[in-house]
Amino acid sequence: MSISPDEVLKIANLARLQIKQEEVEQYANDLSSIINLVEQMNAVDTKDILPMAHPLDATQRLREDKVTENDQRDTFQTIAPSAEKGLYLVPKVIE
Amino acid sequence: MHELSVSQLVDGLRNGEFSSVELTQCFVDRMQKFNDLNAFITELSERALLQAAHADKLIKDNQHSLLTGVPIAHKDIFCMHGVKTSCGSKMLDNFIAPYDATVVEKLDQAGCVTIGRTNMDEFAMGSSNESSYYGTVKNPWNKDRVPGGSSGGSAAAVAARIAPLATGTDTGGSIRQPAALCGITGLKPTYGRVSRFGMIAYASSLDQGGPFGKSAEDCAYMLQAMAGFDEKDSTSLDKPVPEYTQLLNASLHDSLKGKVIGVPEEYFSEGLSADVKRVIENAIAWYEQQGCEIKSISLPNTKLAIPAYYVIAPAECSSNLSRFDGVRYGYRCDEPQDLRDLYDRSRSEGFGDEVKRRIMIGTYALSAGYYDAYYLKAQQIRRLISEDFKKAFEQVDVILGPTTPEPAFKIGEKTADPVTMYLSDIYTISINLAGVPAMSVPCGFVNDQQSDLPVGMQLIGNYFEEEKLLNFAHQYQLDTDWHKKSPSGFE
Repeated sequence: MSISPDEVLKIANLARLQIKQEEVEQYANDLSSIINLVEQMNAVDTKDILPMAHPLDATQRLREDKVTENDQRDTFQTIAPSAEKGLYLVPKVIE
Repeated sequence: MHELSVSQLVDGLRNGEFSSVELTQCFVDRMQKFNDLNAFITELSERALLQAAHADKLIKDNQHSLLTGVPIAHKDIFCMHGVKTSCGSKMLDNFIAPYDATVVEKLDQAGCVTIGRTNMDEFAMGSSNESSYYGTVKNPWNKDRVPGGSSGGSAAAVAARIAPLATGTDTGGSIRQPAALCGITGLKPTYGRVSRFGMIAYASSLDQGGPFGKSAEDCAYMLQAMAGFDEKDSTSLDKPVPEYTQLLNASLHDSLKGKVIGVPEEYFSEGLSADVKRVIENAIAWYEQQGCEIKSISLPNTKLAIPAYYVIAPAECSSNLSRFDGVRYGYRCDEPQDLRDLYDRSRSEGFGDEVKRRIMIGTYALSAGYYDAYYLKAQQIRRLISEDFKKAFEQVDVILGPTTPEPAFKIGEKTADPVTMYLSDIYTISINLAGVPAMSVPCGFVNDQQSDLPVGMQLIGNYFEEEKLLNFAHQYQLDTDWHKKSPSGFE
């Protein structure tokens, strides 16, 4: 199966990536060849085989519902591109 | 000093033959002298010398731990408090980690001195170190060749004797493949053995941290300090950590006699270089001489590993990397027009091509209508691959084969077509899908275009049998000296 230039733009949109017009074709070729590789899986019948999510089929541990983290907001915001008064700043969303 | 083993370093420090400051200075000097390898993203020389002075005090006061005063290098994927942690990406070029990864914390507690942060493929996606934002690392054996990836900087640093030990991470072969290509020893532990907390995520169900060293013995020391249950990692496994350094002391011939080594036919078929094959067969012959039984086995689903991996890993990466949005930390584009423009341009400008390709493959595979055909199918294939290993380990102690189909390839040789690069991981990827431990051990050289290049054999073990692997490798290294060879120009 091949991925068309239109699909590249659709996937990029879902992934919040911007692909330059002149690169769309290259991405279409690369992604198509990866998908062709992936589709070798179809040669095998996997009916009734349980999907494997964890190598040891471990399940998530549960813990007591209590506060374990300290408030480190100020520390974490020192590395933010733009923050003020404890808030992360982004371009205006509501007019 | 740079050729000493870790146990010799530990003894030398404790007996006062040299101080940690002297030792650290030696490696820091080498780091600076050989900086043309581009093995490091950040050098931590001053910080390391302060750490070393502290280590010397601890040793003097008889308060030392397992590795007090021994210099190491960290792959730039492990968060280190107050230090730039870039993950090889422009996206995190300005990221100063606000906390320590558990691996960093544990190695600090063990007394290690960190000399620097090693170069790597961007977000650990690559097999050649060519996808790093900071440029390609050169292979110390031949500077026109790649060191392998993604942990290429760590492998090159240990091979060039710039650090006695280094950390790595392995999602599809990123410890074992560079270890093989650089002629050193590297171990990928069982999934869940080493904490992933603070290790920047690529494909969470496959990622596993592990050690690089000159020898299995050196790796045992580092694994001892790295391994163990961590409450902060939801997939960490609560199993006691054996005394790896003690297990290595089993005597040479006794411990191998009667052991069964499985040799998978699929690892010796088309695609394997004839020269590499010959070197691996010599290693198999050595084990046979020690009284091991060599058994031909089949891992029939091996050829499906790469296809399944390139669904599972990109799918998980597209989810994991969705956190990079230009808002909370990391790269932000200049003058965003609106919120959407901020997301789109920060991500497009911050990520490199290979990362973008994998995010897009993952996004596609998880998009509406495709989930069953790709992700679910890949997880079913994953089960088949893991069953292959389970069956094999009913009959054998360890599995032995090549780590890579060929020695280090030339820089630029495989960059034109991503799929060609992916296929170089044919022998390592299925191990991550199954979650079993495996290591790469230097076992000889091949001559390619007038250049002697190292070859690694891969030893694969059953779940939690790291000590068995280490012992198999250690016995081999007691009798051979491939692991003691160092590249010329780095004496």
